[in-house]
Amino acid sequence: MAKDQTWELRLYIAGQTPKSILALNNITNYCQEHLEGRFAIEVVDLLKNPQLAEGDQIFAIPTLVRKLPVPMRKIIGDLSNKEKVLVGLNIRPIKS
Amino acid sequence: MAKTKKTNFPKTPTGIYGLDEITHGGFPKGRPILICGSAGCGKTLFAMQFLVKGITEFNEPGVFMSFEETAEDLSENVRSLGFDLEQLKSENKLRVDHVRIERSEIEETGEYDLEALFIRLNHAIDLIGAKRVVLDTIESLFGGMEDLAMLRSEIRRLFQWLKEKGVTAIITGERGENSLTRQGLEEYISDCVILLDFRVIDQIATRRLRIVKYRGSTHGTNEYPFLIEEDGISVIPVTSLKLDYKSSSEIISTGIPAMDKLFSKEGIFRGGSTLITGTAGTAKTILASHFAASSCKRKEPVLYFSFEESPDQLVRNLNTIGINFKPMIKSGLLHIHASRPSLQGLEMHLLVINKLMESLKPRTVIVDPISSLITIGSSSEVRGMLIRLIDTLKMKQINAIFTSLTHSGISEYNDATVDAVSSLADTWINLSNAQFKDGAWVRNLLIVKSRGMGHANGKQEFIITHKGLQFINQKA
Repeated sequence: MAKDQTWELRLYIAGQTPKSILALNNITNYCQEHLEGRFAIEVVDLLKNPQLAEGDQIFAIPTLVRKLPVPMRKIIGDLSNKEKVLVGLNIRPIKS
Repeated sequence: MAKTKKTNFPKTPTGIYGLDEITHGGFPKGRPILICGSAGCGKTLFAMQFLVKGITEFNEPGVFMSFEETAEDLSENVRSLGFDLEQLKSENKLRVDHVRIERSEIEETGEYDLEALFIRLNHAIDLIGAKRVVLDTIESLFGGMEDLAMLRSEIRRLFQWLKEKGVTAIITGERGENSLTRQGLEEYISDCVILLDFRVIDQIATRRLRIVKYRGSTHGTNEYPFLIEEDGISVIPVTSLKLDYKSSSEIISTGIPAMDKLFSKEGIFRGGSTLITGTAGTAKTILASHFAASSCKRKEPVLYFSFEESPDQLVRNLNTIGINFKPMIKSGLLHIHASRPSLQGLEMHLLVINKLMESLKPRTVIVDPISSLITIGSSSEVRGMLIRLIDTLKMKQINAIFTSLTHSGISEYNDATVDAVSSLADTWINLSNAQFKDGAWVRNLLIVKSRGMGHANGKQEFIITHKGLQFINQKA
């Protein structure tokens, strides 16, 4: 994977619920740790944009979608299990 | 069962032929309805027809949320039933949302809920002002998620939410082994539960429907056969629930003046059912044709079901005895529907009869002979079908003539079909070739019964001439 590959992530939430805030904090922390400067997180609030749910086949809240790099991946839940999220998104931890 | 005043219980017509009659008006308005059954029993079609008819007949837009088939597949599959989903979608009256849940694409970590599903559904409902919703099959969610406790509580919340939203919703569920649905959805939906079933008995496949539960409403409790055909699903009530049809006191002719005289009122009652029995070659069809001709003479349309002869053959044969069907067919007064009894199951026959009656609006219906129907069903099924048929005919005040072949033997009354119909028939005429007199067979006609009027008691001798049936030595 090229080093300058940018990770485009999208987090679907429905209002500022505790689960959604937790998920956003979790993913932001993981990305800052492992993908510094190479990621963008877009937050989509379905309460404001309900029409966007169908396109990405969202049924659970919160859902994190990896738009880039392809293929698309989805993780549902508050993302509290770091290992699972990193494996699920296929983010290789930087070897220290 | 809870006591509810009929007027306080709003119902939504289902748009499914016959079902509204069984449910006394349709599904409970604004409530979820569970439809369960094994794979291939017609759940999806059932639900889709509810939506489509809601749009086309009752102007109630609908949302179809599919958890299994894609929107394209759905459109394709129901096109054969004459439902044009794409057209309805373009008119903004229907929305189909396919919720795809692929376990392999999804990771789960931490807590979540199904709020996005609610938002999707809510969005779709609000967009077109939907009054009807279908969730087909929500149990697919169970295969796609790990957190089952969450899922159950979310599904419970979803049904509650649907109620608050005020939409009439059909939820389909796959039949489980020891419960109505695999995931026990019946625990959550308790207002109205319908079970569909698909069985093969004696190589004839029959679909059946039963209302397991309908809270706060009376309903038919039998198993009702239903059919999936070119124009959708039809349910056939086995028996009408009441015996409340009107009885006419108008007298009509049998088509043979001499025969009318055998009845004290000089004819038979309009809207009655007449059974003509006899062994082979006793002129049952001829007698039935006289009835047909007299109905045509009164300019009353006749529907003639012929299970043994083709229309052409029937016309040719009757022509030799002076009954000319050709002009009657030409003018549209006589419609002959010929088919082999074994062509289709009993239910199908009944439905064909019902549909033809609806389109042609006959005043006289002839089934010649009903005994051949017994070859395709057990006698209890045939009896059930004939009861339904006779009830329908009575309700519509249609004159019914059935012929039935009996077998010569110890007793001609000991015959399954005759058994089934004789108690339902108002008039029963038995024909026989009894005596050999002056070198020729003499035919006999006996009026076994005639409800509501007196009749001649003796056997009447008759012959068949080129002018039809004629009595000889008529006795009073």
